[in-house]
Amino acid sequence: MLLTLENFTVTRGPCPVVEGVSLAIAPGECVGLIGPNGAGKTSLLRGALGLLPASGHSSLAAMPPSARARAAAWLPQSREIAWGISVAHLVRLGRIPHQGRGLDDAGAVERALARMGLTAFRDRAATRLSGGEQARALIARALAQEAPLLLADEPIAGLDPAAQIATMRVFASLAAEGGAVVAALHDLGLAARHCTRLIVLARGRPVADGAPRAVLTPGLLGAVFGIRAYLEETAEGLVFQPLDTLEPQG
Amino acid sequence: MTRPPRLIPALLALVACLFAASLLVGPAGIPPGRGLMALLTGQGGAEVLVMREIRLPRAILGLAIGAALGLAGAAMQGFLRNPLAEPGLIGTSAAAALGAVLAIHSGLYAGFALALPLMALAGAGLSVGVILALAGPRGTALSLILAGIAVSSLAGALTSLVLNLAPNPYAASEIVFWMMGSLADRSMLHVALALPFLAAGAALIGTTGRGLDALTLGEDAAASLGISLTRLRLKLVLGVAALVGASVAVAGAVGFVGLVAPHLMRGAVGARPSRLLPAAALTGAAILLAADIATRVVAPERDLKLGVLTALVGAPFFLHLVRRMAREA
Amino acid sequence: MAPLIGRSMSACAAASDLRPSGAALARKAAAALAVVLAVVLALAPAAARPDSVTETPAGSRAETPAVAPARVVSMNLCTDQLALLLADPAQIVSLSWMASDPSASVMADRAAAYPANRGRAEEIYLLRPDLVLASTFSSPATLSMLARLGLHVETYPPGATMGELRAAITAMGAALGHPQRAAELLAAFDARLAALTTPPPARRPRAALYAENSYASGARTLEGQVLEAAGFDNIATAHGLDFGGRMPLEVLVMSAPEVVITETGRPGARAARAQAVLSHPALAALRRADVVAHRDWICATPAVLDAIAALTDLRRRMESE
Repeated sequence: MLLTLENFTVTRGPCPVVEGVSLAIAPGECVGLIGPNGAGKTSLLRGALGLLPASGHSSLAAMPPSARARAAAWLPQSREIAWGISVAHLVRLGRIPHQGRGLDDAGAVERALARMGLTAFRDRAATRLSGGEQARALIARALAQEAPLLLADEPIAGLDPAAQIATMRVFASLAAEGGAVVAALHDLGLAARHCTRLIVLARGRPVADGAPRAVLTPGLLGAVFGIRAYLEETAEGLVFQPLDTLEPQG
Repeated sequence: MTRPPRLIPALLALVACLFAASLLVGPAGIPPGRGLMALLTGQGGAEVLVMREIRLPRAILGLAIGAALGLAGAAMQGFLRNPLAEPGLIGTSAAAALGAVLAIHSGLYAGFALALPLMALAGAGLSVGVILALAGPRGTALSLILAGIAVSSLAGALTSLVLNLAPNPYAASEIVFWMMGSLADRSMLHVALALPFLAAGAALIGTTGRGLDALTLGEDAAASLGISLTRLRLKLVLGVAALVGASVAVAGAVGFVGLVAPHLMRGAVGARPSRLLPAAALTGAAILLAADIATRVVAPERDLKLGVLTALVGAPFFLHLVRRMAREA
Repeated sequence: MAPLIGRSMSACAAASDLRPSGAALARKAAAALAVVLAVVLALAPAAARPDSVTETPAGSRAETPAVAPARVVSMNLCTDQLALLLADPAQIVSLSWMASDPSASVMADRAAAYPANRGRAEEIYLLRPDLVLASTFSSPATLSMLARLGLHVETYPPGATMGELRAAITAMGAALGHPQRAAELLAAFDARLAALTTPPPARRPRAALYAENSYASGARTLEGQVLEAAGFDNIATAHGLDFGGRMPLEVLVMSAPEVVITETGRPGARAARAQAVLSHPALAALRRADVVAHRDWICATPAVLDAIAALTDLRRRMESE
């Protein structure tokens, strides 16, 4: 297992925002973590990484920080690039956990750049890129870490459709290569098509966990998201399209 | 990536030239050749005294304190991810001056010389702590500068209060010294007092490069890369306090070096915070040596304060940075 | 009501996004500042001694009164001491607070018998003086306020030369109604000065008057006059410092004076950063003489003769070496 959580609870202020979560992520899985705003997706991921105080067990949070950095890469939701360093240097920051271990850092950077289609941008100042390009550069940074597990918080928000699809393919291929990805996602269509497994979070608790087809039932969509949707297995794969809210927002 | 390797030797050469110039320029007008002879061989009476006991400590302090301020500025900017962070602007220097003034006027310094740098260090550390608490890495440039103004004016006011309350006939001139800084007539005693702290601070800050690089991505990403932010913060507070505290204790508060030096070098090192540290330190040394030479060339008999010259260059520069940030926002 | 599990915003969901409010930060900051303030006030030296004299020349002299004034208030250290020498003890109502400071005043014992004032217009007015003695360097605002209140104020220059000292003694003697006493004081002064300056020096050694903040006194100061009367040449003259000014330490060292004269007993100077230059190792290589007390030449009074005597003694010792 690359990550196991047992009875995992994250408390911020007086209230638990993630409560009693138990799950395990195995190699080969591309997991979509879905749920409405405020469901606790970010808190679950940050808590699992040991970035938030939590109770219960997280196999990652239990590790020493240096070992954890080699076991899991983290792509936060906020896309911060404080200084105008070059894209290549930005991506190379992902190699910090491996410094001094005699690994092929340059090769890892090149692979990550190539995967995200950024090789041509390598010498550009990262702060001069467009928002979508910056997001891809930051994903490349997380890829360069070459950790078995990648945790990503809304990695594809704000990307153009091609980049969204390409990124989800990269995640799927990471899983296929024996790693695992857990990505908090809002685009249920992309999640349904590219993820091997969906975990649905509502008010801090997991309410469904399984293959996309099994999870995205009309009942769950109505209860958790308040929407109804079109869902069909086609020759092109699973197609999911939200249609309407159940109750007009007032 | 060929620029940084050439950059550092170029800066080293510049600093070496300015160091030599600092030794050879002075109100006594000793011919350079004879001055060097006196310095190296110890032959030549009063000239030996001037070269070894007056100009050498001044040049050493100019180099070391300039480097310390440049390094402290680069480290603070990297940690706060804000190009406006600077020991002078955010009150660190003023708080260090307050500590130094308390050490001198409480009589502690007279009995225990190390009290001077130690109290200055405590003042600097306290102010850095307050700034980090009020406007930490998540704070905006605005909250940083406002918190800095508050700490700076409070420390400045308390310094004046202490000097005014003390039975000190030189209160006015001392207030100016602590606000503006000067290297005039400092001795090897001051070098001995400051250098160990400056070296320790530089060593501590020198280990923060990787953490500062990682912070480019934000606190969360840095933490996930295995960087301990608590340790990084502690190293930064202690390192900056040692650098700024020891500098201010012997030379007063010289402003803007920590602002200008990192900014001048940021482009040349590809904006990487770790590469910026040594480059900013050398640039700071060059700036302070040049400013100190200028005080002796422009008005040798007037004890022109160092901070006057650095502010004349630095303040317009600061305005330029503010204008650029306003335009980008 | 739609029973949407995830949508209803609970108190807890809101709480998860809570960050410290501005008010909370401000409270923390205020608490931190209060601690700093308390520490500083606890450490700060308790003595509060504001300067009472500012440097602004002023000074017209009013008419000498026909009758000796009965209530005399002096508000300046230098006029305090001349008044003690020239007035009847019963004439004096109050002296400045510095007059009873033994490090600044040669007549501190006698001055301690009188109430001290801090040279502020309202306290002086309430003493109902019929003569106020002040320096031409006293605060012009205070002097003009006293004049507007109808008080009779006499101002005296601080006295940078023997001539000014003599003029001040004569003028104050007249103002106090004791011209004869002033004449006797001058005669004694002249006699002792003559005795001190004979025989004239065989050679005038080169000396520097060096003080805190690298300050060198020139010939047109009281210290400079004392130095000259004692038979020394002042190296500040060669550097164009008539009144005095900053002399960088390396200039002093290169001028190689035969002796560096620093005064002793200046109040507060020990604990000041300004005195660092006086313990500079480069100064240690020069001959140093701390033979004149600060209080002997801070004011133009006959006490300068003690300073001249001390320096003359120093010169004679140097001649015999």
